[in-house]
Amino acid sequence: MAERLSLPELPYDYGALEPAISGEIMLLHHQKHHKTYVTNFNNALQQLEDAVSKSDASAIVQLQSALKFNGGGHINHSIFWKNLAPVSQGGGEPPKGSLGNEIEKEFGSLEALVHKMNSEGAALQGSGWVWLALDKEFKRLLVETTFNQDPLVTKGSSLVPLLGIDVWEHAYYLQYKNAKADYLANIWKVMNWNYASEVYEKECP
Amino acid sequence: MAASAAAAIGSPLKCGLISSQGFSGSTRSFQWRKNEKRNVRKGCRGVITAKIDLRPPPYSLDALEPHMSRETFEYHWGKHHRAYVDNLNKQIVGTELDTKTLEDIILLTYNKGDLLPPFNNAAQVWNHDFFWESMKPGGGGKPSGELLELINRDFGSFEGFVNEFKAAAATQFGSGWAWLVYKANRLDVGNAVNPRPSDEDKKLVVVKSPNAVNPLVWDYSPLLTIDVWEHAYYLDFQNRRPDYISTFMEKLVSWDAVNFRLEAAKARAAEREEEEERKKTEYEDNQADLDAREMYLESSDADDSEAD
Repeated sequence: MAERLSLPELPYDYGALEPAISGEIMLLHHQKHHKTYVTNFNNALQQLEDAVSKSDASAIVQLQSALKFNGGGHINHSIFWKNLAPVSQGGGEPPKGSLGNEIEKEFGSLEALVHKMNSEGAALQGSGWVWLALDKEFKRLLVETTFNQDPLVTKGSSLVPLLGIDVWEHAYYLQYKNAKADYLANIWKVMNWNYASEVYEKECP
Repeated sequence: MAASAAAAIGSPLKCGLISSQGFSGSTRSFQWRKNEKRNVRKGCRGVITAKIDLRPPPYSLDALEPHMSRETFEYHWGKHHRAYVDNLNKQIVGTELDTKTLEDIILLTYNKGDLLPPFNNAAQVWNHDFFWESMKPGGGGKPSGELLELINRDFGSFEGFVNEFKAAAATQFGSGWAWLVYKANRLDVGNAVNPRPSDEDKKLVVVKSPNAVNPLVWDYSPLLTIDVWEHAYYLDFQNRRPDYISTFMEKLVSWDAVNFRLEAAKARAAEREEEEERKKTEYEDNQADLDAREMYLESSDADDSEAD
């Protein structure tokens, strides 16, 4: 039997990212939205195992969208919680070291990268994510978007997520309402560049 | 004087409103909006500038409380819907889309699924108009009459319909809409993403659509919709989309609107059938004429006076 997913713990208190992201949002986002993806994925996985054991091809195919959606939701949000950090734990501090250099090389400056990600996030219609990605094959950084809960890897098997910004409305609505651009501007104040650097340095030592 | 006063308060010049086109046959329009061609104004200097309007819901912003809050309306209508209208107007001004109806803009920019930039805004303007009109204060309950008969026929029972509609709304992953539509599109729309191409015609069907897509692009007649973008319910229900959907069904649905739209949809389907019959008869008559002429010419080789 495949291992069941479980909801990862948040590495900080629900209110620790204020005022950039409210405690109310963090609580709902983690305990309701992420938890639901985990629960629904596990259910779909159970149904998949049953279908596989019966060789029920039709059921196997029908379960794909639930697996992709909920599994993707879990994958993406697990990364997201690590992408963020309270200011007291280094949130918002710009990247240093090799990642910092690579950003300057690829985008000209950190500001340019932030501007690009914010523009793409703002322009995304509907629900999705905007990513800072590392193409580990070509050792290059790029900005990418995915719809709904599609993980970054659906845009390229060699893409590794360094940072992801959730632009589903649930990620900001209670605090920012329709002002998505304000959410995007503020989230950088709690961005955990340490995590991004760790991932980058592992792939590009 | 009136013009400068209007300019002073920042509203567009309204030197004259052309409304010559009458009822466009759109299912979204409630009776009292019937004769309004919403998007053609004649500026004072005689320049036609198309401008899609932000229409208010047919009730006050607090009229659906406590089921849908005033605060939700202030953002949902006052910000989101308004932004779609404003952004669409910016996108189409000075282009060939400028003087077209909203429905035409939607169909043209859908572009068989290869969406052009104005599609999202145009479709969302339409969708939100349709959504406000799908609800009413004191709504909910059950339909009656022919509508109920059709629901029983096509879904087994009213409960069967409600379950299917709720399931569609709950499982539209991400942003989008769930719909009750009247399908009577005997034509092959040649669209690979038509969700029910094999379903018989003249039946009620539940469909769901992502983001801004709506059933107009599948040549269906929408009768009812629920907005399941998170902004539609987050302030009132947070993550509890199923509760929002239940509240919509039990307390908000305007079956009057659905009835009105169904009548319009049936009328359109009948018109279309008549038109097809007429064309078919015309074609057959023409063919008969040609055949007769050929026969005539063949049998009168010696006499050229009748030939062209």
